[in-house]
Amino acid sequence: MSLKRIDLLICCGSGCVSAGAIKIKDQFHSVLKDKGLTNEINIIETGCMGPCDYGPVMVIYPEGVFYKKVTPEDVEEIVEEHFLKGRPVKRLMLQDEEEKNYLTNKEIPFYQKQVKVALANCGYIDPESIEEYIATGGYEALGTVLTTMTSQQTIDVIKKSGLRGRGGGGFPTHLKWQMVHDNPSEEKYFICNGDEGDPGAFMDRSLLEGDPHRVLEGMMIAAYAIGAKNGFFYIRAEYPLAIKRIKLAIQKAKEAGLMGENIFGSNFSFEAEVRTGAGAFVCGEETALIHSIEGQRGNPTPKPPYPAVQGLLKKPTIVNNVETLGNIPTIILKGAEWFSSMGTQTSKGTKVFALTGDVRNTGLVEVPMGITLRELIFDVGGGIIGDHKFKAVQLGGPSGGCLTTQHLDVPIDYESLKERGAMMGSGGVIIMNEEKCMVNVAKFFMDFCVDESCGKCAPCRIGLKQMLEILKRIDSGNGKEGDIEELQRLGETISKLALCGLGQTAPNPVLSTIRYFRDEYEAHIRDKSCANKVCLDLMHFEIDKSRCIGCSLCSRKCPTKCISGSREDKYTINQLSCIKCGTCMDVCPVKAISKVPGMHPDVKAKREAEAIKQQNQDE
Amino acid sequence: MIKEICKKYAPHKDNLIQILHEIQNADPQHYISNEAVDTVAEYLNIPANHIYGVLTFYTMYSTKPRGKNIIRLCESPPCYIKGSENILRKLKVLLGVNVGETTKDGLFTLELCACLGVCGNAPVMMINDDFYGDLTEEKVEEIIDKIREMR
Repeated sequence: MSLKRIDLLICCGSGCVSAGAIKIKDQFHSVLKDKGLTNEINIIETGCMGPCDYGPVMVIYPEGVFYKKVTPEDVEEIVEEHFLKGRPVKRLMLQDEEEKNYLTNKEIPFYQKQVKVALANCGYIDPESIEEYIATGGYEALGTVLTTMTSQQTIDVIKKSGLRGRGGGGFPTHLKWQMVHDNPSEEKYFICNGDEGDPGAFMDRSLLEGDPHRVLEGMMIAAYAIGAKNGFFYIRAEYPLAIKRIKLAIQKAKEAGLMGENIFGSNFSFEAEVRTGAGAFVCGEETALIHSIEGQRGNPTPKPPYPAVQGLLKKPTIVNNVETLGNIPTIILKGAEWFSSMGTQTSKGTKVFALTGDVRNTGLVEVPMGITLRELIFDVGGGIIGDHKFKAVQLGGPSGGCLTTQHLDVPIDYESLKERGAMMGSGGVIIMNEEKCMVNVAKFFMDFCVDESCGKCAPCRIGLKQMLEILKRIDSGNGKEGDIEELQRLGETISKLALCGLGQTAPNPVLSTIRYFRDEYEAHIRDKSCANKVCLDLMHFEIDKSRCIGCSLCSRKCPTKCISGSREDKYTINQLSCIKCGTCMDVCPVKAISKVPGMHPDVKAKREAEAIKQQNQDE
Repeated sequence: MIKEICKKYAPHKDNLIQILHEIQNADPQHYISNEAVDTVAEYLNIPANHIYGVLTFYTMYSTKPRGKNIIRLCESPPCYIKGSENILRKLKVLLGVNVGETTKDGLFTLELCACLGVCGNAPVMMINDDFYGDLTEEKVEEIIDKIREMR
């Protein structure tokens, strides 16, 4: 074995891969081979390092130099300058506001407020190597539990740690475990829920891809605690890499004797297998997920009976989220006190969030519970992109709600988010700037929920559709007085009556945007105006005649030929035929065309005339 | 061929979803035919209508033949915020098809899908098992051209 002087860690999480990381890796292999350096430099493919926006990213040890947005053309320079001459390539490093380079990854503000527990190894080890996982203390927790603790003691540690489900609901993990532990049934099952479907959440994928053994170890500890001999990983088919990695982890654990019969010489035997979804959001709900594993349509069923009493194949079953399991080995190793020393009164430990939208550092972060939204968005996330202002943040995907500037100092925990109409959910954080229209955003989330409704219960199937119709009406300029109240009435009814958690929470984005942005809804309905010029029927394009040079380019490019005029008279848009494609604005060489909020008076008059005509006909 | 795929799995009903995945992936047109459904029904000893129920419930299965490459553009909010609508428009123009349709040469099927979990690099699409992130209209054109060339 040769000792290598440099470790080159290339992030091969799906984010960086989608940005071209594999090409970079191949390029490094070929350049190093050409220069005869393969014995000196170790190339390691890791899981997600977090700052996806800068992808493809890499870290070079021993120094810990961080490079962003690397292209295949940069590889030669990195090898030549950094590896051979010891001079890091400055233009690829991250810079602070004064354009000073961050020399190592530890200096980067993105990482400074983060505390990595579940993600400790993500981006640090090769996820396909069980040896690297073991070298970081992997499987030590399982060994400790199996050789020195009873199942009840294991549950007690988790109870003391205060760990709550990270998948959305925030149900105390130990309570579920205790229920199944106390059940005398011979056959029990453990399921890891990797059906991450919330738009804007990708922590489960990253953890499964970046540190699969941790999740597997967490599952085995949990299975021992409840007395299950069989486990299932239910993973979305949209995550092929996660499926591959977890299958490989199972195989390697078996080969190493860390899974199978009498693990660590104890009486505990365990087998796990992987089941994949097939593109149904609702399968993230635990009863639906169980039906899907059984080979049926993923429809939820009423609870009780809870899966802990009657789950997979009618046996007691635990369904735990990927991130929840990712915390378990560390809690066992470092102790419940250590874990519960982080966080707030009711929410302990850390939480992984996926920052997306109009934020500078999109990506995956892990922070202690109780951190404020301001710290999360501005310190870790680096603030809003460009010269824009923060407007709102959607927490918890389509089940969550929108919070605004007034909530920036709210500490993030399960309860305080719920009080304000949002929700922890799985940890998706979609950040929006002042250009976004909240009615449009709410409509978009509702569209998602209508698409993904399984159709089993009427409140969700019919009620959400009605809410969407009202939102579409408002958005197209046909909103009526009373629409807001109707949306609220429907939303509250659905929250109470829908069968599963997904249906019950689906109205949240609409209800929370009404709560905090009611004026926008009112402007859409009464003034027929979208202040942010997003809703096409509630805005129009106008040509500023004082700036128009009469070049006729807009008129020639317009697909509906609705712009007319001459060099002398300048050009005007016939608003009645305009389809608002924006081509004119794009091609205007002097930027004389702009978007204006509000329905154009001509269009308004035409619509009113049509409405009267229709009314007369009806009579 | 379908029988061989079935035989890799125990004849239990709970293997249905995995079997359907494998059949669809093995089919050059990425779909599950009526004959395949009958074969699986016989093997698992379950009614064909149960299989149709499952097939039509999950969005990833198709009962109609599709193109060689399945393009799945993410239509979830994080991608929408970053302009997935423009990407969709570009794809429609490039391919000359609408969502759910297959190009005449049988090379591409254009589909929309829920969140792919690569939101840090939105807008994102998946072509078969590969992710393409940080999409721009130019990038999309390049990607499509490249696949066309590889043919």
